[in-house]
Amino acid sequence: MLVEQAMTRDVICVSPDTSIEEALAITTANRIRHLPVVCNEQLVGIISDRDLRNAMPSCLVQEQTAALKDTPVSSIMKSDVITAHPLDFVEDAANFLYQKRIGCLPVVSCGKLVGIITERDILHTLVEMMGVSSPTSRVEVQVPDRPGMLAEIADLLRARKINVASVMVFPGPTEGQKTIVFRLKTMDPRRFVYDVQNAGYQVVQPPVIG
Amino acid sequence: MKNQVAFVYSQSFLRYKFGEDHPFNPKRLQITWDLMQKLGLLDASYLVEPRPASLDELLRVHHPDFVHAVQKASQLPPDTDPPVIGFGLGTEDTPIFPNMHEASSLIVGGTILAAELVMSGQVEHALNLAGGLHHARHKEASGFCVYNDIGAAIAYIRERYNARVLYLDTDAHHGDGVQWLFYDDPDVLTISFHETGKYLYPGTGDVEERGDGRGYGYSLNIPLEPFTEDDSWIAALESVLPHVFHKFKPDVVISQNGCDAHQYDPLTHLSATTRLYREIPKMVHQLAHEVCEGRWIAVGGGGYDIWRVVPRAWTMLWAELSGQPLPDELPQSWLDRWQPEAPVALPTTFVDPPDLFPPIPRRAEIEEKNRITVRRALLGTPFLL
Ligand SMILES: [Zn+2]
Ligand SMILES: [Zn+2]
Repeated sequence: MLVEQAMTRDVICVSPDTSIEEALAITTANRIRHLPVVCNEQLVGIISDRDLRNAMPSCLVQEQTAALKDTPVSSIMKSDVITAHPLDFVEDAANFLYQKRIGCLPVVSCGKLVGIITERDILHTLVEMMGVSSPTSRVEVQVPDRPGMLAEIADLLRARKINVASVMVFPGPTEGQKTIVFRLKTMDPRRFVYDVQNAGYQVVQPPVIG
Repeated sequence: MKNQVAFVYSQSFLRYKFGEDHPFNPKRLQITWDLMQKLGLLDASYLVEPRPASLDELLRVHHPDFVHAVQKASQLPPDTDPPVIGFGLGTEDTPIFPNMHEASSLIVGGTILAAELVMSGQVEHALNLAGGLHHARHKEASGFCVYNDIGAAIAYIRERYNARVLYLDTDAHHGDGVQWLFYDDPDVLTISFHETGKYLYPGTGDVEERGDGRGYGYSLNIPLEPFTEDDSWIAALESVLPHVFHKFKPDVVISQNGCDAHQYDPLTHLSATTRLYREIPKMVHQLAHEVCEGRWIAVGGGGYDIWRVVPRAWTMLWAELSGQPLPDELPQSWLDRWQPEAPVALPTTFVDPPDLFPPIPRRAEIEEKNRITVRRALLGTPFLL
């Protein structure tokens, strides 16, 4: 999936001369954590709610608050912004957020800000990808880590005419094992589970008895 | 005329059938019906014949394209390999069968009729055991359910009587279809107790699914841990129901009485016994009289151990609803009639003995987790505060 399919398009931005006080009000009112700073449609910086709050004086010192009205965000924004392109893969964007320990990536195309992708957008995409939002049964299968295993299990599904909403493959709990998680469009996965066990593979059951 | 109750039933309900090997076997209705007959619980004055739902009644909750697809699938000759129809039809869960539209419409009509009888004051309580098809969605058949009879009945009540409805679902599976149909409606409170979706279809029903827009707070979900037993189940019901009934003050309660949380049920991982299925209707009955002037509509639902669980659970439901006493033991004539056909030994008492199953190893942890879930569900529900 591409960033352009997962990003938020209606980006709430500020201009460099927006005051800190106003920027803080915008983040609070819209319940957002990041404000791209834009000048002539060009991205010139980014500011987070944390930067804004760090710029706040202590609540014990009343007289300094006036300064917030006059100080523009340009004085505290980060101008060296890491961005994404609409045609990047979502997983690469996710990796970027994780590696750089940041919460969002402004999406820039042809020099213009066209969207923003946040941790929340990525989480939502993941939830969709995992098939959680459609009615499904979850079946987890342990298989040896070698070629052809997914196809072998998929054949069992085809034979039962069971439709798959999503598949994920993870490293297994032990070396040389893989875990395949299926989200199946059926309320009765028993026959599939039986087929898998019959073929010599292990199905992970609710971990309570024992 | 008050105190009168209705049992909506027709032999034609048995036509809602996906095939011999399918877990949703209408035979469970027949076996249950026979048990009630042999106990003398089905006096002719209780019985009401259902009528099919009209197209308009279906369209209150279903998309026209979906209804047309069901109608079309209904007319395909038997044994044709169904082309890809979409809408969840022709799948492993909801294979198509001849006249599925007619069979499904009759079940919907039965539940609407039950609602009509109760809302118009002709009876206090009414039961349609063929109903309870809680997974059917606006535009999709799902989880053995073609049309959503409960949704159609709620929509009927909303339109005709503008009444506030409390929908209580104690099937082991999340009551997703009904929840999504009324997710943004603050006058329909949906409450579902079910096994958590971690391992069980449909995967939804998390505590945090609370409704949307004006309906925020009017969807309540109590996802129970796998292997939850009677005591923890009953404790959860007791912590939630009286409080919610008295705060929401519904005009009518609709209860879905799936009985697939029993330890014998092959599709789920909960560990209830039939004691639970004596307690649930008792609680609902009392609350319906306390809060809803007695207005109570009950439907069936899931239940896939058709020999040992469904007949006893639903007979206890009907006995409670109609105020008729039950003996402790099942009649010998019924055991003689069905034991030869049953692949398992039939139980002889209505309430399972307390030592029927060995205790669940992690009982204390499961009970604690369920208590936390109940607390989280109640704390996040604005109208309860
Ligand atoms: Zn009563
Ligand atoms: Zn169920």
